[in-house]
Amino acid sequence: MDNFDSTKNSLVSVHNLTFSRGEKKIFDDISLEFERGKITAIMGPSGTGKTTLLKLIGGQLFPEHGNVMVNGRNVHHLKRDELYTLRKRMGMLFQSGALLTDMTVYNNVAFPLREHTKLPESMIRSLVLMKLEAVGLRGARDLMPNELSGGMARRVALARAIALDPMMILYDEPFTGQDPISMGALVLLIKSLNSTLGLTSIIVSHDVHETSAIADYIYVLADGKIVGQGTPQEIQQSSSEWVQQFMKGAADGPVHFHYPAKEYMDDLLHSEKPLFSRIRLSDERSEKRKRYS
Amino acid sequence: MEFFRYLGASTRAGFTKLGRASYFLIEILSGLGSVIVRPRLLLKQLHSVGVLSFLIIVISGLFVGMVLGLQGFYILSRFGAEETLGVMVAASLVRELGPVVAALLFAGRAGSALTAEIGLMKATEQLSGMEMMAIDPIKRIISPRFLAGFLSMPLLAALFSAVGIIGGQLVGSGLLGVDDGAYWSQMQATLDFKHDIINGVVKSVVFGFVTSWIALFEGYDAIPTAEGVSRATTRTVVNSAFSILGLDFILTALMFGEH
Repeated sequence: MDNFDSTKNSLVSVHNLTFSRGEKKIFDDISLEFERGKITAIMGPSGTGKTTLLKLIGGQLFPEHGNVMVNGRNVHHLKRDELYTLRKRMGMLFQSGALLTDMTVYNNVAFPLREHTKLPESMIRSLVLMKLEAVGLRGARDLMPNELSGGMARRVALARAIALDPMMILYDEPFTGQDPISMGALVLLIKSLNSTLGLTSIIVSHDVHETSAIADYIYVLADGKIVGQGTPQEIQQSSSEWVQQFMKGAADGPVHFHYPAKEYMDDLLHSEKPLFSRIRLSDERSEKRKRYS
Repeated sequence: MEFFRYLGASTRAGFTKLGRASYFLIEILSGLGSVIVRPRLLLKQLHSVGVLSFLIIVISGLFVGMVLGLQGFYILSRFGAEETLGVMVAASLVRELGPVVAALLFAGRAGSALTAEIGLMKATEQLSGMEMMAIDPIKRIISPRFLAGFLSMPLLAALFSAVGIIGGQLVGSGLLGVDDGAYWSQMQATLDFKHDIINGVVKSVVFGFVTSWIALFEGYDAIPTAEGVSRATTRTVVNSAFSILGLDFILTALMFGEH
Protein backbone atom coordinates (compact mmCIF):
# COMPACT_ATOMS: atom_id res chain seq x y z
CA MET A 1 0.00 0.00 0.00
CA ASP A 2 1.66 3.12 -1.24
CA ASN A 3 0.15 5.55 1.26
CA PHE A 4 1.69 3.96 4.35
CA ASP A 5 5.27 4.96 3.75
CA SER A 6 6.79 6.52 6.82
CA THR A 7 8.09 9.55 4.95
CA LYS A 8 4.59 10.95 5.05
CA ASN A 9 4.07 13.78 7.44
CA SER A 10 1.44 12.21 9.65
CA LEU A 11 0.43 13.35 13.10
CA VAL A 12 -1.53 10.24 13.96
CA SER A 13 -0.83 6.82 12.61
CA VAL A 14 -2.63 3.63 13.39
CA HIS A 15 -0.77 0.39 12.68
CA ASN A 16 -2.34 -3.06 12.36
CA LEU A 17 -5.01 -2.28 14.87
CA THR A 18 -7.29 -5.06 16.12
CA PHE A 19 -10.05 -4.49 18.63
CA SER A 20 -13.01 -6.65 19.66
CA ARG A 21 -16.09 -6.21 21.76
CA GLY A 22 -17.06 -9.60 23.09
CA GLU A 23 -17.10 -11.98 20.14
CA LYS A 24 -17.43 -9.31 17.51
CA LYS A 25 -14.30 -7.96 15.88
CA ILE A 26 -14.75 -4.21 15.58
CA PHE A 27 -11.41 -3.65 13.84
CA ASP A 28 -9.50 -6.36 12.10
CA ASP A 29 -5.90 -5.40 11.48
CA ILE A 30 -6.42 -1.94 10.03
CA SER A 31 -3.85 0.77 9.41
CA LEU A 32 -4.57 4.45 8.86
CA GLU A 33 -2.55 7.63 8.53
CA PHE A 34 -3.73 11.11 9.48
CA GLU A 35 -1.70 13.83 7.87
CA ARG A 36 -0.72 17.02 9.70
CA GLY A 37 -2.81 20.08 8.90
CA LYS A 38 -5.33 18.11 6.88
CA ILE A 39 -8.91 17.04 7.42
CA THR A 40 -9.17 13.28 7.31
CA ALA A 41 -12.55 11.61 7.47
CA ILE A 42 -13.46 8.11 8.56
CA MET A 43 -16.76 7.05 7.08
CA GLY A 44 -18.90 4.00 7.31
CA PRO A 45 -22.31 2.83 8.38
CA SER A 46 -23.44 3.13 12.00
CA GLY A 47 -22.09 0.41 14.22
CA THR A 48 -18.77 0.00 12.45
CA GLY A 49 -16.93 1.32 15.49
CA LYS A 50 -16.05 4.77 14.26
CA THR A 51 -16.45 6.28 17.72
CA THR A 52 -14.43 3.40 19.13
CA LEU A 53 -11.59 4.39 16.84
CA LEU A 54 -11.61 7.92 18.28
CA LYS A 55 -11.56 6.49 21.80
CA LEU A 56 -8.61 4.32 20.83
CA ILE A 57 -6.76 7.34 19.47
CA GLY A 58 -7.60 9.28 22.64
CA GLY A 59 -6.27 6.46 24.80
CA GLN A 60 -9.61 5.76 26.48
CA LEU A 61 -9.66 2.21 25.15
CA PHE A 62 -6.85 -0.28 24.68
CA PRO A 63 -6.33 -2.25 21.46
CA GLU A 64 -5.73 -6.00 21.38
CA HIS A 65 -3.03 -5.75 18.77
CA GLY A 66 -1.30 -2.98 16.94
CA ASN A 67 -0.52 0.51 18.08
CA VAL A 68 -1.61 4.11 17.78
CA MET A 69 1.08 6.76 17.42
CA VAL A 70 0.17 10.37 18.10
CA ASN A 71 2.87 12.94 17.42
CA GLY A 72 5.45 10.17 17.44
CA ARG A 73 4.40 8.64 20.74
CA ASN A 74 2.58 5.39 21.37
CA VAL A 75 -0.60 6.42 23.14
CA HIS A 76 -1.07 3.13 24.92
CA HIS A 77 2.46 2.98 26.33
CA LEU A 78 2.26 6.39 27.98
CA LYS A 79 2.03 6.79 31.73
CA ARG A 80 -1.14 8.35 33.05
CA ASP A 81 0.27 11.86 33.47
CA GLU A 82 2.03 11.69 30.10
CA LEU A 83 -1.26 10.68 28.50
CA TYR A 84 -2.98 13.59 30.19
CA THR A 85 -0.30 15.96 28.93
CA LEU A 86 -0.89 14.65 25.42
CA ARG A 87 -4.65 14.94 25.77
CA LYS A 88 -4.33 18.63 26.61
CA ARG A 89 -3.18 19.00 23.01
CA MET A 90 -6.07 16.95 21.62
CA GLY A 91 -9.55 18.39 21.42
CA MET A 92 -12.48 16.08 21.12
CA LEU A 93 -15.97 17.01 20.04
CA PHE A 94 -18.47 14.49 21.32
CA GLN A 95 -21.66 13.72 19.46
CA SER A 96 -23.75 14.95 22.37
CA GLY A 97 -21.46 17.92 23.00
CA ALA A 98 -20.78 16.57 26.50
CA LEU A 99 -21.10 20.04 28.00
CA LEU A 100 -21.15 20.20 31.78
CA THR A 101 -24.81 20.75 32.49
CA ASP A 102 -24.37 22.63 35.76
CA MET A 103 -22.34 25.48 34.24
CA THR A 104 -23.07 28.34 31.87
CA VAL A 105 -21.69 28.38 28.34
CA TYR A 106 -19.01 30.82 29.48
CA ASN A 107 -17.88 28.60 32.36
CA ASN A 108 -17.92 25.54 30.14
CA VAL A 109 -15.44 27.12 27.75
CA ALA A 110 -13.42 28.48 30.65
CA PHE A 111 -13.37 25.07 32.35
CA PRO A 112 -10.26 23.56 30.70
CA LEU A 113 -8.43 26.89 31.03
CA ARG A 114 -9.18 27.12 34.72
CA GLU A 115 -8.27 23.49 35.32
CA HIS A 116 -5.03 23.48 33.39
CA THR A 117 -3.62 26.98 33.59
CA LYS A 118 -3.05 29.52 36.32
CA LEU A 119 -4.07 32.44 34.10
CA PRO A 120 -5.69 35.44 35.78
CA GLU A 121 -9.45 35.72 35.39
CA SER A 122 -9.16 38.73 33.05
CA MET A 123 -7.00 36.72 30.63
CA ILE A 124 -9.38 33.77 30.80
CA ARG A 125 -12.24 36.14 29.99
CA SER A 126 -10.52 37.41 26.86
CA LEU A 127 -9.65 33.89 25.74
CA VAL A 128 -13.17 32.57 26.33
CA LEU A 129 -14.72 35.48 24.43
CA MET A 130 -12.30 34.93 21.54
CA LYS A 131 -13.18 31.24 21.33
CA LEU A 132 -16.90 31.95 21.57
CA GLU A 133 -16.58 34.65 18.90
CA ALA A 134 -14.92 32.10 16.62
CA VAL A 135 -18.00 29.87 16.81
CA GLY A 136 -20.38 32.84 16.69
CA LEU A 137 -21.84 32.37 20.16
CA ARG A 138 -20.32 35.24 22.13
CA GLY A 139 -23.86 36.49 22.80
CA ALA A 140 -24.94 33.15 24.27
CA ARG A 141 -22.32 33.12 27.00
CA ASP A 142 -24.79 33.33 29.90
CA LEU A 143 -27.08 30.55 28.73
CA MET A 144 -27.13 27.15 30.37
CA PRO A 145 -26.50 24.05 28.21
CA ASN A 146 -30.15 22.95 28.42
CA GLU A 147 -31.18 26.25 26.84
CA LEU A 148 -29.12 25.59 23.71
CA SER A 149 -30.24 23.88 20.53
CA GLY A 150 -28.30 20.81 19.42
CA GLY A 151 -26.29 22.76 16.87
CA MET A 152 -25.44 25.51 19.34
CA ALA A 153 -24.39 22.97 21.97
CA ARG A 154 -22.02 21.43 19.46
CA ARG A 155 -20.55 24.81 18.63
CA VAL A 156 -20.01 25.58 22.32
CA ALA A 157 -18.35 22.20 22.68
CA LEU A 158 -16.17 23.12 19.72
CA ALA A 159 -15.21 26.40 21.41
CA ARG A 160 -14.29 24.40 24.50
CA ALA A 161 -12.30 21.89 22.45
CA ILE A 162 -10.15 24.69 20.99
CA ALA A 163 -9.81 26.53 24.31
CA LEU A 164 -6.36 25.11 25.00
CA ASP A 165 -5.20 25.61 21.38
CA PRO A 166 -4.81 21.92 20.60
CA MET A 167 -2.79 20.50 17.73
CA MET A 168 -5.67 18.29 16.62
CA ILE A 169 -9.39 17.86 17.00
CA LEU A 170 -11.36 14.65 16.86
CA TYR A 171 -14.93 15.14 15.69
CA ASP A 172 -17.45 12.44 16.56
CA GLU A 173 -20.40 12.61 14.13
CA PRO A 174 -20.44 16.41 14.00
CA PHE A 175 -23.29 16.61 11.47
CA THR A 176 -25.72 14.08 12.89
CA GLY A 177 -29.15 15.43 13.77
CA GLN A 178 -28.51 18.97 12.60
CA ASP A 179 -30.88 21.13 10.61
CA PRO A 180 -29.53 22.28 7.23
CA ILE A 181 -28.54 25.73 8.54
CA SER A 182 -26.55 24.59 11.55
CA MET A 183 -25.12 21.79 9.42
CA GLY A 184 -23.85 24.38 6.94
CA ALA A 185 -22.48 26.48 9.80
CA LEU A 186 -20.62 23.49 11.24
CA VAL A 187 -19.16 22.49 7.89
CA LEU A 188 -17.80 25.99 7.37
CA LEU A 189 -16.58 26.20 10.94
CA ILE A 190 -14.65 22.96 10.82
CA LYS A 191 -13.06 23.94 7.53
CA SER A 192 -12.11 27.44 8.65
CA LEU A 193 -10.83 26.39 12.08
CA ASN A 194 -8.66 23.81 10.44
CA SER A 195 -7.02 26.32 8.12
CA THR A 196 -6.81 29.34 10.45
CA LEU A 197 -5.57 27.49 13.54
CA GLY A 198 -3.43 25.06 11.58
CA LEU A 199 -5.14 22.10 13.17
CA THR A 200 -5.21 18.49 12.17
CA SER A 201 -8.79 17.28 12.06
CA ILE A 202 -10.15 13.78 12.21
CA ILE A 203 -13.84 13.50 11.41
CA VAL A 204 -15.89 10.44 12.03
CA SER A 205 -19.15 10.63 10.13
CA HIS A 206 -21.69 8.92 7.96
CA ASP A 207 -22.91 12.10 6.31
CA VAL A 208 -21.45 11.52 2.87
CA HIS A 209 -22.22 14.86 1.36
CA GLU A 210 -20.98 17.24 4.06
CA THR A 211 -17.94 15.18 4.84
CA SER A 212 -16.75 14.83 1.27
CA ALA A 213 -17.16 18.59 0.88
CA ILE A 214 -14.45 19.39 3.41
CA ALA A 215 -12.29 16.28 3.81
CA ASP A 216 -8.86 16.05 2.22
CA TYR A 217 -8.71 12.30 2.54
CA ILE A 218 -11.37 9.70 3.29
CA TYR A 219 -11.26 6.18 4.70
CA VAL A 220 -14.37 4.03 4.31
CA LEU A 221 -14.74 1.32 6.94
CA ALA A 222 -16.98 -1.73 6.93
CA ASP A 223 -16.95 -4.92 8.97
CA GLY A 224 -13.72 -3.97 10.68
CA LYS A 225 -11.81 -3.46 7.43
CA ILE A 226 -10.94 -0.52 5.24
CA VAL A 227 -12.94 -0.97 2.06
CA GLY A 228 -11.93 2.22 0.36
CA GLN A 229 -9.64 5.21 0.75
CA GLY A 230 -8.55 8.26 -1.17
CA THR A 231 -9.45 11.84 -1.85
CA PRO A 232 -13.20 12.58 -2.09
CA GLN A 233 -12.95 12.44 -5.93
CA GLU A 234 -11.20 9.09 -5.86
CA ILE A 235 -13.79 7.74 -3.46
CA GLN A 236 -16.65 8.91 -5.66
CA GLN A 237 -15.14 7.04 -8.57
CA SER A 238 -14.18 3.99 -6.57
CA SER A 239 -14.77 0.68 -8.26
CA SER A 240 -15.64 -1.02 -4.99
CA GLU A 241 -19.30 -2.04 -4.89
CA TRP A 242 -19.21 -1.49 -1.20
CA VAL A 243 -18.06 2.10 -1.39
CA GLN A 244 -20.55 2.79 -4.14
CA GLN A 245 -23.43 1.47 -2.07
CA PHE A 246 -22.40 3.63 0.86
CA MET A 247 -21.79 6.80 -1.11
CA LYS A 248 -25.06 6.50 -3.01
CA GLY A 249 -27.06 5.27 -0.04
CA ALA A 250 -28.55 2.21 -1.76
CA ALA A 251 -30.72 0.06 0.52
CA ASP A 252 -29.34 -3.24 -0.68
CA GLY A 253 -25.92 -4.25 -1.93
CA PRO A 254 -22.89 -5.79 -0.26
CA VAL A 255 -24.43 -4.53 3.00
CA HIS A 256 -27.73 -6.29 3.29
CA PHE A 257 -30.97 -4.67 4.25
CA HIS A 258 -31.81 -7.65 6.47
CA TYR A 259 -30.11 -8.45 9.73
CA PRO A 260 -28.73 -12.02 9.53
CA ALA A 261 -31.55 -14.50 10.13
CA LYS A 262 -32.56 -18.01 9.10
CA GLU A 263 -34.72 -18.70 6.05
CA TYR A 264 -37.88 -16.63 6.08
CA MET A 265 -40.19 -19.55 5.23
CA ASP A 266 -38.62 -21.80 7.86
CA ASP A 267 -39.05 -19.09 10.44
CA LEU A 268 -42.73 -18.62 9.67
CA LEU A 269 -43.61 -22.29 9.54
CA HIS A 270 -41.78 -23.54 12.61
CA SER A 271 -42.76 -21.77 15.77
CA GLU A 272 -40.09 -21.77 18.44
CA LYS A 273 -40.18 -23.61 21.72
CA PRO A 274 -41.18 -20.78 24.08
CA LEU A 275 -44.21 -20.01 21.95
CA PHE A 276 -45.17 -23.65 22.04
CA SER A 277 -44.90 -23.92 25.82
CA ARG A 278 -46.87 -20.73 26.23
CA ILE A 279 -49.72 -22.21 24.24
CA ARG A 280 -49.60 -25.35 26.35
CA LEU A 281 -49.66 -23.25 29.49
CA SER A 282 -52.73 -21.36 28.41
CA ASP A 283 -54.39 -24.68 27.62
CA GLU A 284 -53.71 -25.90 31.12
CA ARG A 285 -55.06 -22.70 32.54
CA SER A 286 -58.27 -22.88 30.60
CA GLU A 287 -58.67 -26.50 31.70
CA LYS A 288 -58.24 -25.44 35.29
CA ARG A 289 -60.74 -22.70 34.82
CA LYS A 290 -63.20 -25.20 33.42
CA ARG A 291 -62.65 -27.46 36.38
CA TYR A 292 -63.31 -24.76 38.94
CA SER A 293 -66.22 -23.14 37.25
CA MET B 1 -28.42 -27.78 37.09
CA GLU B 2 -29.61 -24.50 35.66
CA PHE B 3 -29.99 -23.23 39.21
CA PHE B 4 -26.35 -23.96 40.09
CA ARG B 5 -25.19 -22.27 36.94
CA TYR B 6 -27.21 -19.23 37.84
CA LEU B 7 -25.88 -19.31 41.40
CA GLY B 8 -22.29 -19.52 40.21
CA ALA B 9 -22.71 -16.77 37.66
CA SER B 10 -24.36 -14.36 40.08
CA THR B 11 -21.82 -15.05 42.82
CA ARG B 12 -19.04 -14.39 40.39
CA ALA B 13 -20.71 -11.21 39.17
CA GLY B 14 -21.14 -10.10 42.76
CA PHE B 15 -17.47 -10.57 43.55
CA THR B 16 -16.39 -8.85 40.34
CA LYS B 17 -18.53 -5.89 41.29
CA LEU B 18 -17.08 -5.85 44.79
CA GLY B 19 -13.63 -5.81 43.21
CA ARG B 20 -14.54 -2.89 40.96
CA ALA B 21 -16.04 -1.07 43.93
CA SER B 22 -12.89 -1.58 46.00
CA TYR B 23 -10.68 -0.36 43.20
CA PHE B 24 -12.97 2.63 42.82
CA LEU B 25 -12.68 3.35 46.55
CA ILE B 26 -8.88 3.33 46.33
CA GLU B 27 -9.08 5.82 43.47
CA ILE B 28 -11.45 8.04 45.44
CA LEU B 29 -9.20 8.00 48.48
CA SER B 30 -6.11 8.79 46.46
CA GLY B 31 -8.00 11.69 44.88
CA LEU B 32 -8.79 13.23 48.27
CA GLY B 33 -5.49 15.08 48.36
CA SER B 34 -6.46 17.24 45.43
CA VAL B 35 -9.78 18.09 47.08
CA ILE B 36 -8.02 19.54 50.11
CA VAL B 37 -6.03 21.81 47.81
CA ARG B 38 -9.26 23.12 46.29
CA PRO B 39 -11.72 23.69 49.16
CA ARG B 40 -14.22 25.49 46.92
CA LEU B 41 -15.16 22.22 45.19
CA LEU B 42 -15.79 20.69 48.59
CA LEU B 43 -17.85 23.63 49.83
CA LYS B 44 -20.19 23.38 46.87
CA GLN B 45 -20.77 19.69 47.52
CA LEU B 46 -21.15 20.18 51.26
CA HIS B 47 -23.95 22.53 50.36
CA SER B 48 -25.78 20.16 48.03
CA VAL B 49 -25.17 16.98 50.05
CA GLY B 50 -25.30 18.36 53.58
CA VAL B 51 -27.13 21.67 53.78
CA LEU B 52 -29.93 20.61 51.46
CA SER B 53 -30.55 17.52 53.63
CA PHE B 54 -30.98 19.81 56.66
CA LEU B 55 -34.74 20.21 56.45
CA ILE B 56 -35.65 16.53 56.11
CA ILE B 57 -33.32 15.68 59.00
CA VAL B 58 -34.73 18.34 61.32
CA ILE B 59 -38.37 17.53 60.62
CA SER B 60 -37.91 13.76 60.86
CA GLY B 61 -35.81 14.13 63.99
CA LEU B 62 -38.48 16.24 65.64
CA PHE B 63 -41.22 13.72 64.93
CA VAL B 64 -39.15 10.72 65.94
CA GLY B 65 -38.32 12.45 69.21
CA MET B 66 -41.95 13.31 69.84
CA VAL B 67 -43.07 9.74 69.21
CA LEU B 68 -40.36 8.48 71.54
CA GLY B 69 -41.62 10.90 74.18
CA LEU B 70 -45.18 9.59 73.86
CA GLN B 71 -44.33 5.91 73.77
CA GLY B 72 -41.66 6.19 76.45
CA PHE B 73 -44.00 8.02 78.79
CA TYR B 74 -46.62 5.34 78.36
CA ILE B 75 -44.26 2.56 79.42
CA LEU B 76 -42.29 4.45 82.05
CA SER B 77 -45.35 5.85 83.80
CA ARG B 78 -46.53 2.32 84.49
CA PHE B 79 -43.44 1.90 86.67
CA GLY B 80 -43.64 5.41 88.08
CA ALA B 81 -40.41 6.30 86.33
CA GLU B 82 -41.54 9.24 84.19
CA GLU B 83 -38.50 11.25 85.29
CA THR B 84 -36.22 8.96 83.35
CA LEU B 85 -38.01 9.82 80.10
CA GLY B 86 -35.11 12.09 79.15
CA VAL B 87 -32.65 9.23 79.53
CA MET B 88 -34.73 6.90 77.43
CA VAL B 89 -35.26 9.39 74.62
CA ALA B 90 -31.66 10.56 74.54
CA ALA B 91 -30.10 7.12 74.81
CA SER B 92 -32.20 5.62 72.04
CA LEU B 93 -31.54 8.59 69.79
CA VAL B 94 -27.83 8.99 70.40
CA ARG B 95 -27.00 5.30 70.32
CA GLU B 96 -29.32 4.00 67.62
CA LEU B 97 -32.00 6.06 66.01
CA GLY B 98 -29.92 9.16 65.37
CA PRO B 99 -27.17 7.50 63.32
CA VAL B 100 -29.41 4.85 61.71
CA VAL B 101 -32.46 6.89 60.74
CA ALA B 102 -30.37 9.87 59.70
CA ALA B 103 -28.26 7.57 57.50
CA LEU B 104 -31.36 5.99 55.94
CA LEU B 105 -32.76 9.44 55.20
CA PHE B 106 -29.38 10.54 53.90
CA ALA B 107 -29.26 7.56 51.53
CA GLY B 108 -32.73 8.39 50.27
CA ARG B 109 -32.20 12.11 49.94
CA ALA B 110 -28.53 12.64 49.09
CA GLY B 111 -27.36 9.17 48.03
CA SER B 112 -29.99 8.74 45.34
CA ALA B 113 -29.29 12.26 44.08
CA LEU B 114 -25.56 11.52 43.86
CA THR B 115 -26.15 8.29 41.93
CA ALA B 116 -28.55 9.92 39.50
CA GLU B 117 -26.21 12.86 38.96
CA ILE B 118 -23.11 10.77 38.31
CA GLY B 119 -25.07 8.26 36.22
CA LEU B 120 -26.46 11.01 34.02
CA MET B 121 -23.06 12.63 33.69
CA LYS B 122 -21.81 9.29 32.45
CA ALA B 123 -24.78 8.82 30.11
CA THR B 124 -24.29 12.26 28.56
CA GLU B 125 -20.55 11.62 28.08
CA GLN B 126 -19.59 14.39 30.50
CA LEU B 127 -17.22 12.07 32.35
CA SER B 128 -15.41 10.82 29.27
CA GLY B 129 -15.47 14.38 27.92
CA MET B 130 -13.57 15.41 31.01
CA GLU B 131 -11.11 12.59 30.57
CA MET B 132 -10.46 13.76 27.03
CA MET B 133 -9.84 17.27 28.39
CA ALA B 134 -7.15 15.66 30.55
CA ILE B 135 -9.16 16.25 33.72
CA ASP B 136 -9.52 13.27 36.02
CA PRO B 137 -13.25 12.92 36.76
CA ILE B 138 -12.50 11.00 39.94
CA LYS B 139 -10.51 13.88 41.35
CA ARG B 140 -12.74 16.62 40.01
CA ILE B 141 -16.20 15.10 40.47
CA ILE B 142 -16.18 12.01 42.67
CA SER B 143 -13.73 12.69 45.49
CA PRO B 144 -15.25 16.05 46.55
CA ARG B 145 -18.69 14.44 46.72
CA PHE B 146 -17.35 11.54 48.74
CA LEU B 147 -15.65 13.79 51.26
CA ALA B 148 -18.75 15.96 51.52
CA GLY B 149 -20.95 12.94 52.27
CA PHE B 150 -18.44 11.55 54.74
CA LEU B 151 -18.22 14.86 56.61
CA SER B 152 -21.94 15.72 56.57
CA MET B 153 -23.22 12.39 57.86
CA PRO B 154 -22.02 12.69 61.50
CA LEU B 155 -23.18 16.28 61.65
CA LEU B 156 -26.61 15.39 60.30
CA ALA B 157 -26.90 12.47 62.73
CA ALA B 158 -25.95 14.74 65.64
CA LEU B 159 -28.52 17.26 64.47
CA PHE B 160 -31.13 14.52 64.23
CA SER B 161 -30.45 13.40 67.81
CA ALA B 162 -30.44 16.95 69.17
CA VAL B 163 -33.73 17.88 67.53
CA GLY B 164 -35.20 14.55 68.61
CA ILE B 165 -34.29 15.19 72.25
CA ILE B 166 -36.00 18.57 72.02
CA GLY B 167 -39.03 16.88 70.44
CA GLY B 168 -39.15 14.39 73.32
CA GLN B 169 -38.94 17.24 75.80
CA LEU B 170 -41.74 19.16 74.06
CA VAL B 171 -44.06 16.20 74.35
CA GLY B 172 -42.81 14.97 77.73
CA SER B 173 -42.83 18.15 79.74
CA GLY B 174 -45.04 20.29 77.57
CA LEU B 175 -47.85 17.84 76.97
CA LEU B 176 -47.57 15.05 79.49
CA GLY B 177 -46.33 16.94 82.52
CA VAL B 178 -42.90 15.37 83.12
CA ASP B 179 -40.75 17.66 85.23
CA ASP B 180 -38.50 19.70 82.98
CA GLY B 181 -35.54 19.68 85.36
CA ALA B 182 -35.78 15.93 85.82
CA TYR B 183 -35.87 15.37 82.04
CA TRP B 184 -32.57 17.18 81.53
CA SER B 185 -30.72 16.32 84.75
CA GLN B 186 -31.45 12.60 84.56
CA MET B 187 -30.21 12.64 80.99
CA GLN B 188 -27.08 14.51 81.97
CA ALA B 189 -26.37 12.18 84.88
CA THR B 190 -26.90 8.92 83.03
CA LEU B 191 -25.60 9.37 79.50
CA ASP B 192 -21.88 8.81 79.18
CA PHE B 193 -19.95 10.92 76.71
CA LYS B 194 -17.55 8.20 75.64
CA HIS B 195 -19.79 5.18 75.84
CA ASP B 196 -22.92 6.67 74.33
CA ILE B 197 -22.13 9.75 72.32
CA ILE B 198 -18.76 8.81 70.82
CA ASN B 199 -20.04 5.38 69.86
CA GLY B 200 -23.00 7.01 68.14
CA VAL B 201 -20.67 9.32 66.26
CA VAL B 202 -18.49 6.38 65.22
CA LYS B 203 -21.56 4.68 63.82
CA SER B 204 -22.57 7.68 61.78
CA VAL B 205 -19.04 8.09 60.44
CA VAL B 206 -19.11 4.48 59.24
CA PHE B 207 -22.56 4.92 57.70
CA GLY B 208 -21.50 8.14 55.98
CA PHE B 209 -18.48 6.41 54.47
CA VAL B 210 -20.43 3.40 53.25
CA THR B 211 -23.44 5.32 51.93
CA SER B 212 -21.34 7.82 49.97
CA TRP B 213 -19.21 5.01 48.57
CA ILE B 214 -22.24 2.99 47.46
CA ALA B 215 -24.00 6.01 45.95
CA LEU B 216 -20.98 7.19 43.96
CA PHE B 217 -19.99 3.72 42.82
CA GLU B 218 -23.49 2.85 41.62
CA GLY B 219 -23.59 6.09 39.65
CA TYR B 220 -20.14 5.56 38.15
CA ASP B 221 -20.83 1.92 37.36
CA ALA B 222 -24.33 2.53 35.97
CA ILE B 223 -25.24 1.40 32.48
CA PRO B 224 -25.35 4.74 30.65
CA THR B 225 -29.01 4.66 29.63
CA ALA B 226 -32.18 6.00 31.23
CA GLU B 227 -33.09 2.55 32.50
CA GLY B 228 -29.58 1.87 33.76
CA VAL B 229 -29.48 5.08 35.79
CA SER B 230 -32.89 4.43 37.27
CA ARG B 231 -31.84 0.93 38.30
CA ALA B 232 -28.62 2.22 39.78
CA THR B 233 -30.53 4.77 41.85
CA THR B 234 -32.79 2.06 43.22
CA ARG B 235 -29.77 -0.12 44.01
CA THR B 236 -28.17 2.76 45.90
CA VAL B 237 -31.12 3.14 48.23
CA VAL B 238 -31.63 -0.61 48.71
CA ASN B 239 -27.95 -1.48 49.17
CA SER B 240 -27.39 1.48 51.48
CA ALA B 241 -30.33 0.46 53.64
CA PHE B 242 -29.06 -3.11 53.88
CA SER B 243 -25.51 -2.01 54.65
CA ILE B 244 -26.61 0.52 57.24
CA LEU B 245 -28.84 -1.91 59.11
CA GLY B 246 -26.38 -4.80 58.85
CA LEU B 247 -23.43 -2.71 59.95
CA ASP B 248 -25.51 -1.23 62.75
CA PHE B 249 -26.03 -4.68 64.17
CA ILE B 250 -22.33 -5.50 63.96
CA LEU B 251 -21.27 -2.18 65.45
CA THR B 252 -23.83 -2.40 68.24
CA ALA B 253 -22.67 -5.91 69.09
CA LEU B 254 -19.06 -4.71 69.21
CA MET B 255 -19.74 -1.52 71.17
CA PHE B 256 -22.48 -2.44 73.60
CA GLY B 257 -22.28 -6.22 73.50
CA GLU B 258 -20.57 -6.74 76.86
CA HIS B 259 -23.26 -5.00 78.88
